[in-house]
Amino acid sequence: MAMGHGESNIEALLEIQNLHAGIGDTQILKGINLSIAPGEIHAIMGRNGSGKTTAANIIMGHPDFEVEEGDVLLSGENLLELEPWERAREGVFLSFQYPQAVPGLQVGNFLRKSVASIRGEEAAKGADFRGELNAAMDTLDIPRNFLSRYVNDGFSGGEKKRFEILQLLLLKPKLAILDETDSGLDIDGIKTVAAGINAAVRGTDSAALIITHYSRILEHVQPDKIHVLIGGQIVATGGPELAMQLEERGYEWLDSKAEAEGIA
Amino acid sequence: MPVNQVAEEAVGDYKAGWHDPENSSIRFDFGLSEQVVREISAIKEEPQWMTDIRVKAFHHFMERPMPTWGSTELLNSIKFDEICYFLRSGEGTEDDWDDVPEAIRDTFDKLGIPEAEQKWLSGVTAQYESEAVYHSIREDLEKQGVIFLDMDSGLREHEDIVKKYFCSIIPYQDNKFSALNTAVWSGGSFIYVPKGVHVEMPVQAYFRINAKNMGQFERTLIIADEGSSIHYVEGCTAPTYSTDSLHSAVVELIAMPGAYIRYTTIQNWSNNVYNLVTKRGIAHENATVEWVDGNIGSKLTMKYPAVILKGEGSHAEVISVAYAGEGMHQDAGAKVHHLASNTTSKILSKSITKDGGRGSYRGLVSVSRKAENCKVNVVCDALILDEQSQSDTYPTMEIKNSSCRCEHEASVSKVSDDQLFYLMSRGHSENEALAMIVNGFFEPFVRELPMEYAVELNQLMALEMEGSIG
Ligand SMILES: Nc1ncnc2c1ncn2[C@@H]1O[C@H](COP(=O)(O)OP(=O)(O)OP(=O)(O)O)[C@@H](O)[C@H]1O
Ligand SMILES: [Mg+2]
Repeated sequence: MAMGHGESNIEALLEIQNLHAGIGDTQILKGINLSIAPGEIHAIMGRNGSGKTTAANIIMGHPDFEVEEGDVLLSGENLLELEPWERAREGVFLSFQYPQAVPGLQVGNFLRKSVASIRGEEAAKGADFRGELNAAMDTLDIPRNFLSRYVNDGFSGGEKKRFEILQLLLLKPKLAILDETDSGLDIDGIKTVAAGINAAVRGTDSAALIITHYSRILEHVQPDKIHVLIGGQIVATGGPELAMQLEERGYEWLDSKAEAEGIA
Repeated sequence: MPVNQVAEEAVGDYKAGWHDPENSSIRFDFGLSEQVVREISAIKEEPQWMTDIRVKAFHHFMERPMPTWGSTELLNSIKFDEICYFLRSGEGTEDDWDDVPEAIRDTFDKLGIPEAEQKWLSGVTAQYESEAVYHSIREDLEKQGVIFLDMDSGLREHEDIVKKYFCSIIPYQDNKFSALNTAVWSGGSFIYVPKGVHVEMPVQAYFRINAKNMGQFERTLIIADEGSSIHYVEGCTAPTYSTDSLHSAVVELIAMPGAYIRYTTIQNWSNNVYNLVTKRGIAHENATVEWVDGNIGSKLTMKYPAVILKGEGSHAEVISVAYAGEGMHQDAGAKVHHLASNTTSKILSKSITKDGGRGSYRGLVSVSRKAENCKVNVVCDALILDEQSQSDTYPTMEIKNSSCRCEHEASVSKVSDDQLFYLMSRGHSENEALAMIVNGFFEPFVRELPMEYAVELNQLMALEMEGSIG
């Protein structure tokens, strides 16, 4: 299953090869392989603590984690050598499970600076940017006075998630990773987010990786593949039916499989 | 340098200059004695009462022990004998642009300040460029009857007003450094705003005629008569390089009934400077006194802007930020005394420490027994950027009337990896991310500043964060 060096699929937008990573002495990811083609949407499911957020953090370049082995490639380019902001400029985006508050940093200002940094100064200027910003906020039902609030400071759970998607729409990444963006969103919010993801990926060269505990959002985005992460390894990959199976049966039936493969 | 050296003023040959030719030489006197104090007063041809108060203040300074709080170690290392107490011309110095440290010149460049202005800011030359601007502003003020002079001219031209208010809010006996300032003061601003006059634009110290450099012992007196208002701004965000190691100013504000005074200061001293300043204002009935005070840099700053709420319904606000980097100690805070009923006060203090810097908040709020229904709100927040740096708070409340509503919040925070990572994931380098967090922390202060100062301060903090993370 694991691909060695040189065998990488250059068609893939994201290619994760035999990724082993952890923090301090704790191993969290124990050999992950994953390949997402342009235009595809994949999902990762798995119990609490199985390593989903860790995988997302490592793709984005969180400095606290150490990669012991393996590669992460974006369109064939080694991401692991890049700083997080360089990865962002290459087109990687992470919608955080727990977005961080930055008191005193105004949303409008922050969005403009982020767009300037990732898409270039021109994209962040003038009436075009304003128009784009207003349209995206309308799509997500975010009121205008949000622009003068401080980044994630005092936002409700759902507001934080909508703000993450607002950034997704404005930053136009090649690869969007959404870490439990559906958790804490109301039903309309989930539909809105799903529509946003579909619009950003389907029929484009971009791709998305959705981390979730619920099949609801997957009904709206119809992922091409669903992967199940247990104990730091992907133990099962399938189509939408896998999400339904998990919903009904939980993860236990996969544990024996994991054990058989010597993972858990 | 030898005592009493006479040097030709470096900027004396400016064609466009508006220096008084008599003032084209500077004399340095080192060390302090009654003789020096009397000489200063004599050279300025001051009235006898001023000479007398200077001499009394000098003796008080000599007898008064050093404060035993703040940084006693640093205070006791001040070498009073090596300080020059008077520049005869009161303008310019013999400094050379080449003597200004490279690091400071770099900062000027990065802040995008033109060279002429850089030289002025660093004290190397006088600022001529702003003369035109100065004149138009000054004419506007004159039409409204506002007096805006340097303190020496104020004393000459409006002796009656100066005599009435000088040392009325900060007596020379207040503390060792107010005594020192009273003994040797030179320069500073004198402002009188007549009844009911509202000065719309913030008045900036550097438009002041014949007072181009921040003096060592500035003395400022602002009187806002009944129902008038003024916003005074001094200082700048660019680093103020100074060869003088001791700066000890005194600022007195008088807000008559219904008047409003806001006094905004931004100072960015180089880290050889002791900045020991006494600032106090008095607010009569329904008057407001606000201190907006930004302290960046210096070896040691000890500064606690104070307001005496003397009249019923008066209001005080002290909003301050302090940044202490390597080799810097900011001991700053606020004092408010509620002497009358229905008075309100708000103190917001924010400090950032980095690279082993020290920040201390020292605050005193008192409410007297007879003052009913007062409201006090104190918030002090500290942001510590690394393990070597330190932050302390010393809040004191003396509430003697039980009807007072008093709120006090304090917080100490650090920048977390997760916060930095969040911002970095949006395309911002680690330093940019840190600057965003730091500027966000200072935002409640920055939004009080006139636009150009706000922009400069944000840029300055971004520069300070540069190269701070390996
Ligand atoms: N910074 C960290 N320090 C120590 N342990 C960590 C750290 N981050 C993650 N871990 C550990 O790694 C394991 C995987 O955590 P991770 O956050 O990736 O789980 P997850 O699959 O996202 O879980 P959830 O569904 O609850 O979000 C957990 O046991 C967690 O405690
Ligand atoms: Mg998680």
